Amino acid sequence: MFGLEKKDANLLLFVAALAIFAPFILNPFPEGSAMAQFNAGYPDLMQRFAIFGIFAIGFNILFGLTGYLSFGHAAFLGVGSYAAVWMFKLLSMNVIPAIILAVIISGLFALVIGYVSLRRSGIYFSILTLAFAQMCFALAYSVLTPITGGETGLQLALDDPRILGVSQTPEGNIPVPGLFGLEMRESFEMAVGPWVFTFNIGYYFCAIIMLLSFYLAIRIFRSPFGMMLRAIKSNQQRLNYTGLNPRPYTLAAFVISGMYAGLAGGLMASMDPLAGAERMQWTASGEVVLMTILGGVGTLIGPVLGAGLLKYMENILSKINKGVLEGWFSFMPDGMSDTFVFLTNLFVGKQWHITTGVIFMLVIIFLPGGLVELGKRISGMFRKKDDDNTKSAKAEPAE
Amino acid sequence: MSKTNLTRRGVLKSGAVAGAGVALPTIFTASSAAAYTNEPTGGSVTLGFNVPQTGPYADEGADELRAYELAVEHLNGGGDGGMLNTFSSKALQGNGILGKKVEFVTGDTQTKSDAARASAKSMIEKDGAVMITGGSSSGVAVAVQALCQEAGVIFMAGLTHSNDTTGKDKRSNGFRHFFNSYMSGAALAPILANNYGKDRKAYHLTADYNWGYTTEEAVRTSTEAMGWETVAAVKTPLTQTDFSSYIAPVLQSGADVLVLNHYGGNMVNSLTNAVQFGLREKQINGHNFEIIVPLFSRLMARGAGENIKGIFGSANWHWSLQDEGSKAFVKSFGTKYGFPPSQAAHTCYVQTLLYADACERAGTFNPCGVVEALEDFEFDGLGNGKTLYRGSDHQCFKDVLVVKGKENPTSEFDLLEIVEVTPRGQVEYDASIFGGELGSCNAGA
Repeated sequence: MFGLEKKDANLLLFVAALAIFAPFILNPFPEGSAMAQFNAGYPDLMQRFAIFGIFAIGFNILFGLTGYLSFGHAAFLGVGSYAAVWMFKLLSMNVIPAIILAVIISGLFALVIGYVSLRRSGIYFSILTLAFAQMCFALAYSVLTPITGGETGLQLALDDPRILGVSQTPEGNIPVPGLFGLEMRESFEMAVGPWVFTFNIGYYFCAIIMLLSFYLAIRIFRSPFGMMLRAIKSNQQRLNYTGLNPRPYTLAAFVISGMYAGLAGGLMASMDPLAGAERMQWTASGEVVLMTILGGVGTLIGPVLGAGLLKYMENILSKINKGVLEGWFSFMPDGMSDTFVFLTNLFVGKQWHITTGVIFMLVIIFLPGGLVELGKRISGMFRKKDDDNTKSAKAEPAE
Repeated sequence: MSKTNLTRRGVLKSGAVAGAGVALPTIFTASSAAAYTNEPTGGSVTLGFNVPQTGPYADEGADELRAYELAVEHLNGGGDGGMLNTFSSKALQGNGILGKKVEFVTGDTQTKSDAARASAKSMIEKDGAVMITGGSSSGVAVAVQALCQEAGVIFMAGLTHSNDTTGKDKRSNGFRHFFNSYMSGAALAPILANNYGKDRKAYHLTADYNWGYTTEEAVRTSTEAMGWETVAAVKTPLTQTDFSSYIAPVLQSGADVLVLNHYGGNMVNSLTNAVQFGLREKQINGHNFEIIVPLFSRLMARGAGENIKGIFGSANWHWSLQDEGSKAFVKSFGTKYGFPPSQAAHTCYVQTLLYADACERAGTFNPCGVVEALEDFEFDGLGNGKTLYRGSDHQCFKDVLVVKGKENPTSEFDLLEIVEVTPRGQVEYDASIFGGELGSCNAGA
């Protein structure tokens, strides 16, 4: 199907099903129940899942296939966002031109940065990309304030030209991003008994684009080009001796993955028309590395899962405060509940980074192949005989 | 890998199920007849407290959160009522807002616009918050304010001092109680002229971001207007921790006043460096060398320790104020937490009360009603004397404090002394000077 092998087609269908039914899957607990705290099925977070999924898929094309660890990928995300917001300011609130421009601009950026950085490999490449990204961040934060809005970020204003659209709505508000009249923020709710499921147009738009990028990634992984990238990862010297110049291949992979990042940035701006410089900071670049490693480097679905896990923890765990904990443990006797609140409090709320760190360490130590390896081990327990298949698909651990 | 056979029939079947799933909502759609975003329908109303719990302003954020919790307690009739008793408007009864019990959710802005917006969005979309408040940086405040405008909820800004929040980036659904750079400059200038004379040469070190720019400009304009000369204005990166290389040139420049347009950790470091270089013992042009910090806070003063002594700055509020409102607030905050509140805590507490009061007076949570109730609302008894919420830019106008680092502090909280309370009339300005458009209120839904 779609020119894919059966296994890949199944994987694509699986991701598609996850994406389509996300509003149900992410909202397993009835509204108003104590567990509703863990529901993640609200539009903003679902959009983030899809968007960071795209970002991580793109990053994985570079890191997973060529082994080049870029530590400055957030720069392309940021550039994409700025480009998209400028489109909203100047042209119209339609998301299509914004996203297209975001991809093109970030592609150009990736070409320039990649051309310089790819002269080195290994740690030197990582440091170079990190330096470029931090440079972009610093420029966006201060010197380029007229273009980027500086610290306050680039925002829409009531007096923007918007040549093909309107500057303000009849009610005197800034128009919202949309797709030919379909507003991105529009959502409808479906109540089934105590459950409430939210279907958001913006989310489904992101999900469709995510599926397209996923499909494209599969094709790249399975193409001769992908094979060449893997060859670069396994032994670049050998490739040189066979008379092949790996640079054009790595540069192409770098630009493609930069464009993916730009696409994610453009989508982010389309869901929420604001671009801030923090998007380019090194922590944001580190985040996508974490996502990819958590999910499984070099695997197709890993980065998507990793992105989901990290964003879930950031948005759900960080909102559990002391009051919520006290509610949970209130059934216990006083002293005991205080102890439990204290202990749990170390891992939620503002300390959610600790939990992330612990999980990351556990994954690195026990599951070098990330969540994908976990899934494989579990399914392996049920089917011990299918050895051949598992071996060939085994993820290569991060270096 | 499992062996799933994809048959035409199978695909059709699952497609039909998926289609039905997507079509269902049109049948079950919950009554979307709400008049505005997150109209509270049950017996409670949810407010969203979005403060920095991690990052450079975590101290301020923690204090803000304490103030919010105190405000909620007072609104629901708990505690001693705090400023409810001194507030000039008597609409609040201590039975929640409009009879609904006040509940709250908290989030971490991380002092990043993106994280702050994500957190605010989850409060609006998931928790059903009708009002978002907080923020300890102007960038975050401006970003969240724009989001609230879009979503159709009210934003009550916390600690944000940049002119932009109610200047070029003002929004109809956003309100700020805190003062701004312009007011700092206007309040400081006369005091500086009195103490240091009118023939001074100033050297500015400015944090390289939006707030730094507006503060530098405000202080420059107001000091130049009374005869000072600005020798140089140097921008320093926000992430800078060692300012030695920026301090050294100050001595060669012939300047006799150093203005540090820094906040938080930046200011603590730059001031410490400046004092270590012995700037304050220097005599230049026959003047004693002086240092000025336009925006002061107690939390910063604590970080800077000894170095803060005798240095002028401005503040929105200080716990040592002796009016009834301040005394009541300091008392209930102190009883609950064991130490006096910071100015960040004060502005957040007041903002929550002002919002609740506006809802009561409007008789609705509808943002448009609240906006109308807050615009040009004049009140007293909340610690800053007579205060006006100006309708044309949603900025509060009130007296501004000029403070000085105390020479002989009696406790770790008693670090600043109030030099003068600059009357409101002296810090007012025309709403149009910063540009920007307020737009019209958005009730969402």
